[in-house]
Amino acid sequence: MITLDFLVNALSLGSTYALLALGMVIVYGILNLVNFAYGELIMIAGYSLFVLSLGPSLPWIVMAILSVGVAVLTSYLTERVAFRPVRQSSPTAMLITSFAVSTLLQNAALLIISPRARGVPLARLFSESLQVLGATIPLRNLLAIGTSVVLLALLVVLLRTTVLGIALRAASDNFRMTRMLGVPANLVISAAFAISGLLAGVVGMFWVGRTASVTPTIGAAPLLVAFVATVIGGMRSLEGAVVGGYVYGILFSFIGVLLPQGLLEFREAFMFIIVILILLLRPEGLIRGAYSTRRIG
Amino acid sequence: MLTVKDLSVRYGAISAIRGVSLSIREGELVALLGANGAGKTTTLTTIAGGQKPHQGAIEFLGEQIQGRPPEYITRKGIALVPEGRDIFPSLSVVENMRLGAFVRRSRVEFQRDLAEMIELFPILGQRLRQAGGTLSGGEQQQLAIARALMCHPRLLMLDEPSLGLSPLLVDEIFALIGRLRARGVTILLVEQNVDRSLDIVDRAYLLRTGRVEAEGTPDQIRALVDVEGIYLGDRRTPLGDQGALR
Repeated sequence: MITLDFLVNALSLGSTYALLALGMVIVYGILNLVNFAYGELIMIAGYSLFVLSLGPSLPWIVMAILSVGVAVLTSYLTERVAFRPVRQSSPTAMLITSFAVSTLLQNAALLIISPRARGVPLARLFSESLQVLGATIPLRNLLAIGTSVVLLALLVVLLRTTVLGIALRAASDNFRMTRMLGVPANLVISAAFAISGLLAGVVGMFWVGRTASVTPTIGAAPLLVAFVATVIGGMRSLEGAVVGGYVYGILFSFIGVLLPQGLLEFREAFMFIIVILILLLRPEGLIRGAYSTRRIG
Repeated sequence: MLTVKDLSVRYGAISAIRGVSLSIREGELVALLGANGAGKTTTLTTIAGGQKPHQGAIEFLGEQIQGRPPEYITRKGIALVPEGRDIFPSLSVVENMRLGAFVRRSRVEFQRDLAEMIELFPILGQRLRQAGGTLSGGEQQQLAIARALMCHPRLLMLDEPSLGLSPLLVDEIFALIGRLRARGVTILLVEQNVDRSLDIVDRAYLLRTGRVEAEGTPDQIRALVDVEGIYLGDRRTPLGDQGALR
């Protein structure tokens, strides 16, 4: 049965996935790198929230902003310390580096904090609901939709009206030519990683908000979601990532409603069947991006 | 202004250019001619920083720039209009131009330069909000040149600017190169239309299989080689015993 609360839930999931996918594509579009350490940024944001909750009492929103900031900084540092030195190497070296960073961050969390789940504080509105037309709508879903809309709008403004934004879009089209126009590679790549970290950090707040806890392996599921959503939308298109995220989230919600109770545990398998069908019809994804596959560091 | 000495570039085990030397003085229009695979594009790309040389030196305005990143070389004053134009298809015409002016941050200067480019390329003025990928081939070529000029280059390198264009548009492009020259822009031109190129350049270099085989004024080049044969890679092109004029 499709109800208002179901629609809001589907839209909320789609919004979160859209941000996730965008964060992955913005790096992939420039470096041709599927950053497997992307999920760990969500973990870092979650653990930052946990660590901040151990210190002096701070309003939740302040802790959340600081946690997102830590994710941005971590993303920037991974680019500066791990990816930049191997940028001139083969794409395989970049890929292996991203696996190494992912494993390193996960193991750091295991060793420094704990392999067991740690509780994170949540804002009160994460557990509150709203009654609209007889439907019970969790406020966290509305917050996820609102946050995504605001962030996407800000990103559109950045990408459309600032020189850095135009350079980022150009670099997604043709990084080599972008550099030939005098745009420093380091500036564009660092900006892309910082934005990727920002999006992962914000998504991280909602992701840990589902269970009010964080574990060292929490990044695996969102990484897979981001990857599949970008494949659906188109790996080389920023718009495609947003579309892919919404399509994934909304389809996933619909499958949950349409499947009989006994098949619900196979929900993800059905989701992937749909993804395969989409890719059979549109192998390049729903939105075709620039054709360039060159990677120059 | 630009001196290239003994430049060699390899792609793996294959030598694309071997010991290329050339020079350009301020205000000159110089052509780089040769058959497909002679190394013309590699030479331009290496000067622009898009390719690292295996050996040799590139001196621009008194500074060694070989191996420097492309963004540095652009800031020094060299702009490349690559073969195939490489305009950004998803960016509008004005956004392409804005990126061309990246090294010059002033918004006021950008508006002034944009107006100047629209005067030089009136069709672009009518297409400012249109995505670059939707322009015709000739319009894209004009955009690529206008974009390169937005950074006020000291040296403009044009790689096959008339490639794939209709004869009418080829006329327009050559007229444009003439106008740029009249404005004092120093130009290094790679062009498959050899005869037309020799009509407008001050000097030309002839590349064959990665080496400079001849250098001279258009008349000297015409006297020395079979111009028709250059782009066929014709081995019979009569350089003969005279060797190069260099």
